[in-house]
Amino acid sequence: MKFFSASQEKLREMPIDMRQFLIFIKKEFYHITRDKWTMAVLLLLPILMLLLFGYAITTEVKNTRLAVYDPSHDKATEAIINKLQANDYFILSQILTEPNEIEKVFQEGDIGLVIVFGERFYENIMHTGEAQIQLITDGTDPNTATTLTNYAMNIISSYRLEILTTNNIPFQIVPNIKLLYNPQMKGAFNFVPGVMGMILMLICAMMTSISIAREKEMGTMEILLVSPMKPIFIILSKAVPYFVISIVNLTTILLISVFIMGVPIAGSFFWLITLSLIYIFLSLALGLLISAIVDSQLIALLISGMALMIPIIFLSGMMFPVENMPIGLRIISEILPAKWYIVAVKNLMIKGLGFSSIINELLMLSGMTIFFLAISLKKFKIRLE
Amino acid sequence: MKVISVNNLTKTFGTFTAVDNISFEVTKGEIFGFLGANGAGKTTAIRMLCGLSKPTSGTGMVAGFNIETESEKVKASIGYMSQKFSLYEDLKVWENIRLYAGIYGVPEKNISAKIDQHLQTLGFEKERETLVKALPLGWKQKLSFSIAIVHDPKIVFLDEPTGGVDPVTRRQFWELIYQAANRGITIFVTTHYMDEAEYCDRVSIMVDGKIEALDSPKNLKNKYSSKNMDEVFQRLARKASRDAD
Repeated sequence: MKFFSASQEKLREMPIDMRQFLIFIKKEFYHITRDKWTMAVLLLLPILMLLLFGYAITTEVKNTRLAVYDPSHDKATEAIINKLQANDYFILSQILTEPNEIEKVFQEGDIGLVIVFGERFYENIMHTGEAQIQLITDGTDPNTATTLTNYAMNIISSYRLEILTTNNIPFQIVPNIKLLYNPQMKGAFNFVPGVMGMILMLICAMMTSISIAREKEMGTMEILLVSPMKPIFIILSKAVPYFVISIVNLTTILLISVFIMGVPIAGSFFWLITLSLIYIFLSLALGLLISAIVDSQLIALLISGMALMIPIIFLSGMMFPVENMPIGLRIISEILPAKWYIVAVKNLMIKGLGFSSIINELLMLSGMTIFFLAISLKKFKIRLE
Repeated sequence: MKVISVNNLTKTFGTFTAVDNISFEVTKGEIFGFLGANGAGKTTAIRMLCGLSKPTSGTGMVAGFNIETESEKVKASIGYMSQKFSLYEDLKVWENIRLYAGIYGVPEKNISAKIDQHLQTLGFEKERETLVKALPLGWKQKLSFSIAIVHDPKIVFLDEPTGGVDPVTRRQFWELIYQAANRGITIFVTTHYMDEAEYCDRVSIMVDGKIEALDSPKNLKNKYSSKNMDEVFQRLARKASRDAD
């Protein structure tokens, strides 16, 4: 008597509604835990997504192969080359001997950046204060090219600053590009909040709507509706297991991002969790709404996939900046719950801002939750008539 | 004692009258066959009797409760088995019984005895721990029936319970029905098998939303001078003007 036996005594004393509710929730857990594949996907998906977005699909530029053409071969050029090499971003792979090799190495394809020094580089710095250096990148991928030149410029500027100070030349202003909050432009900083927004929506909305649609498809919903169990309890007990799984996923994501990916929780942990709970309720409400409208698992899957997942990936600011999009897409982005959640998570986790920075997002998400919950309950009642 | 009494029950959807002014009564312990071609309005009528849908007009009392105003009490006193197989495939045999016993409020202390009793009646003692998806269809239908009466309802509604089941299992299924009727449970059953109609105490035949005939199989056969229920049904159903859905 494993099933339910632990709480047998308690069950006896409970009012019948409560008893039905608990028995039903346990049944839902059995559906999930007995389906080993679904269970594995639900628990491993966040890990997989974090790794994918954090390491594979990354906008970070690391280990770029570097080629150098250096006709000067002096103290200054060597120092700059060493500085470039000492960095994570670049690996010196080739020393070119002639300028016409430059074109060739790009065509071979494995060189990301070529640095060309002018002649008599060190002498020029010392005497005229001016020396020529050229950075050549492959413009077919403009984003990477810009990122690479920025990295290289930063490194060269820092060397320039060094020379100027060691040679007691009066202090000069050196242009210095600094990225606030994410100085190394780590992709993980951007993707962790995005993955959180995606996973929680996926588990709550998609899985809840599919599991309710399954009961309709199988015909068990009819039997349940004829039973004395209140419809609202049937629906709520469907949401409970996915709520629990979401909490597990949230914990996994935060642990991995803090301890493995090195993304800090700079701001209030309390508000991060509160915010996430509201977002989970919101996603569950969306799942209930979808299941109130559709009757088949396939349609539930398509709606939650197309109408929820795709906009989150493209329009929430997780992968592409929303600011540059046409006005129509920006409006859609504004009504995406995930966009508000992701912005607030970034404020809390990465910028380390406090409660006051997320008031708007909290209000917006709470409002949306109440709104979706109200429509889905209404829809559900209409269908029962 | 009347466990179902229906007066002028009507259900319309827009301009379509699915159930047209039907009246009948069912006595306690009776096996009542509710026949009709597809689209005749049987399912709509059953949904109203089970409290799933509200009548447009007319009244009905089921197990002593008004189907319109006391649908919650009606639901607690009836059992229901639909034409679709509707147990949970990924739960074990006894877990399915346990689940529905809990939903129907069978007292906790009686539940394990109930489970044993039903497994024994079905001859399923060895299948106790089997997942329902591993059972043959006929066995699943028998299990569904047992679960529909797990809370000893006053009435059990069976909507085409033997669809797609082999003749031997159908026979066994009807033995279960007789056992339940002997215990005082009223059986309200729809079927397309006319040999099953012969097993009923009384049958009604619905055509185009109306009840065209209601009597014992024997009297109906005499009245329509037919050899069997199939002929009776053919004579009445041929008058139907509605398309089957």
